[in-house]
Amino acid sequence: MVTDSSPAFPVKEAMAFGDGAFTAFAWALRRDLRLAMRSRAELGVQILFYIIVVALFPLSMAPDRELLLLLGPGVLWVAALLASLLSLPRLFASDYADGTLEQMALSPLPLPALILGKISAHWLTTGLPVVLLAPLLSIQYSLESEAVWVLMAGLLIGTPVLSLLGAIGAALTLGLRSGGGSLLALLILPLYIPILIFGAMAVDVARSGASAGAQFSLLAAGLLLALAGAPFATSAAVRISLD
Amino acid sequence: MGRFKYAAPAQFYPLAGKMAPWFAAAAAILAVIGLVIGLYLAPIDVTQKDSYRIIFIHVPAAWMSMFLYVVMAFWGALALAMNTRLSAMMAQSIAPTGALMTALALWTGAFWGKPTWGTYWAWDARMTTELILLFLYLGIIALRNAIDDPRRADKACGVLALVGVVNVPIIYMSVKWWNTLHQGATIKAGNASIAAIMLAGMLVMVFAFWFYSIAVTLVRLRTIMLEREAGTAWVARLAETEKER
Amino acid sequence: MLEIQNLAARRGYVTLFSQVSFKVEPGEALVITGANGTGKTTLLRILAGLSHPLSGKILWQGKEVRAFDPVLRNNITFIGHAASLKDELTAEENLTLLVKLAGEEVTMDALREALREVALGARLTVPARVLSQGQRRRIGLARLKLAPRPLWILDEPVTALDPAGIALLTGMMAAHLAKGGAVIAATHQALDLPKGAMRQMSFQ
Repeated sequence: MVTDSSPAFPVKEAMAFGDGAFTAFAWALRRDLRLAMRSRAELGVQILFYIIVVALFPLSMAPDRELLLLLGPGVLWVAALLASLLSLPRLFASDYADGTLEQMALSPLPLPALILGKISAHWLTTGLPVVLLAPLLSIQYSLESEAVWVLMAGLLIGTPVLSLLGAIGAALTLGLRSGGGSLLALLILPLYIPILIFGAMAVDVARSGASAGAQFSLLAAGLLLALAGAPFATSAAVRISLD
Repeated sequence: MGRFKYAAPAQFYPLAGKMAPWFAAAAAILAVIGLVIGLYLAPIDVTQKDSYRIIFIHVPAAWMSMFLYVVMAFWGALALAMNTRLSAMMAQSIAPTGALMTALALWTGAFWGKPTWGTYWAWDARMTTELILLFLYLGIIALRNAIDDPRRADKACGVLALVGVVNVPIIYMSVKWWNTLHQGATIKAGNASIAAIMLAGMLVMVFAFWFYSIAVTLVRLRTIMLEREAGTAWVARLAETEKER
Repeated sequence: MLEIQNLAARRGYVTLFSQVSFKVEPGEALVITGANGTGKTTLLRILAGLSHPLSGKILWQGKEVRAFDPVLRNNITFIGHAASLKDELTAEENLTLLVKLAGEEVTMDALREALREVALGARLTVPARVLSQGQRRRIGLARLKLAPRPLWILDEPVTALDPAGIALLTGMMAAHLAKGGAVIAATHQALDLPKGAMRQMSFQ
């Protein structure tokens, strides 16, 4: 009879809350960025989707400069929402299919930190390009440079919230027959509405000459709330989907 | 056990069966009283004429739609935290009634809006929030239908309902703020103070809606219990006694 | 080491099994056999802490644990049907990631050594996409070596392995048992393990 505390296996204590959080975050972030770099073509397609959606709106109406100016910020924001939505199923799908997600859930590293790392990589590869492309696409709507800066700043704070909230929906719909696109859209788009409103409003307010400080504060508050809540809600959802 | 006696489906099933008809009867009686007050006894509104009378349906439906969402989220959260079967079934049975109330509030709101504001739909904060609330309800129902395993569905819907509960006030605030910036205060329901008789009618209708929701939820809950617990001893016993009758 | 009492599991509206109880002590291997669809995989997932049982208890060193319990996550290696590999990454990268995810540090030399031991020495830097199913399984074997855990839970570990691979696996299992580790495996094939250490459980 061999005793339980065999020296062959180092005795491991349960990790305290927060232990290994940074290791976990860095592990997931670096891994997902590396994976994204190995399949750049897919990222390119998502960015093209964003560009095309933005270009569709002027084609659907008389290209009146005043009207376009009015619609521009909203259209760019709606396109950002749709681009985020389109990229979300990919966030967990391949890890779910090849069993890596199981291993993450069983890892001694904290799952919420792993997930935050994944969400960060998702934003860097899908959200950040949307922010950076905004000035270029604003030309199609003849936005003034002042408004473009406000739009970019809003997208910079707002798109991470889209990735964070979207991750909850992506995790909840993992492996479902009708999962993928439409169900995810139904679950997540309503939750995106405040971000859309604050983001588009910031540009409107700034263009009318007032300060958009309040809108930015609210976007930032949304980001903090999502940062604090979404990783935990998502890891609960991942565990539910694996069960 | 004691306090948690009725937390088990086997105990709650017969109790729910006994309670449901009473709530249904109370709902029917209150609805008749409320409608008599609302449609005959309450005076005509000076500005809105008879069209305002739809509030006796509209307002209770709107209240119930929001209230039921919170209740559903509460039971969903309880199911998540305590892993209790009954509370998850409770959340599941509330969702369709909540969606119905939301749809009713939107529909009656649109019909009230036409004569009052001259349009069926305005992007008013309350209407917009109500519309989004309908999407949230439909999202929860769709998520449940997409998941085969009932226990996974319980937990997934619980998480979604909780996320929604945090979001509904934020959505309301954001739409309201956006609305005031873009439209100003163009929309105001009649500013006449509500007469006591109107208030009484409204309260009676609110209770009627309450009891209706409880009755329907209990009936739906019983069906869900039987479906979910099929194969357990208590359902088998129940089937036996039904057969003997 | 691990004990389960009156475990029952359900998938959808179907009860897969109930009243399953057993105990696994250090140095013991429990081999679970049974036809497809009898709930072997579900049982293993419950033991690994991935899935909640319908009822029953799981005890680790005499203390009750729940799904996703840190105690289970620190002491168990679970290898399921999927090899948990990324097609875009090389064998080396994949193994590094898996070992780090298990909370272990590993040097490049130790990593290559482990890959050579599972006969993947010539495949260090090719993408996992071009590896055969058996070779993908072998990366999992290398991981068992680099991230030591007292209890291995293996679902169909011999699938896709050639005779040499199976010999490698059983050799590793025997060494693990001799060190005081334990193994719970579901398999259709007989495993060539030391007679005294192995128990069979048939699932129907």
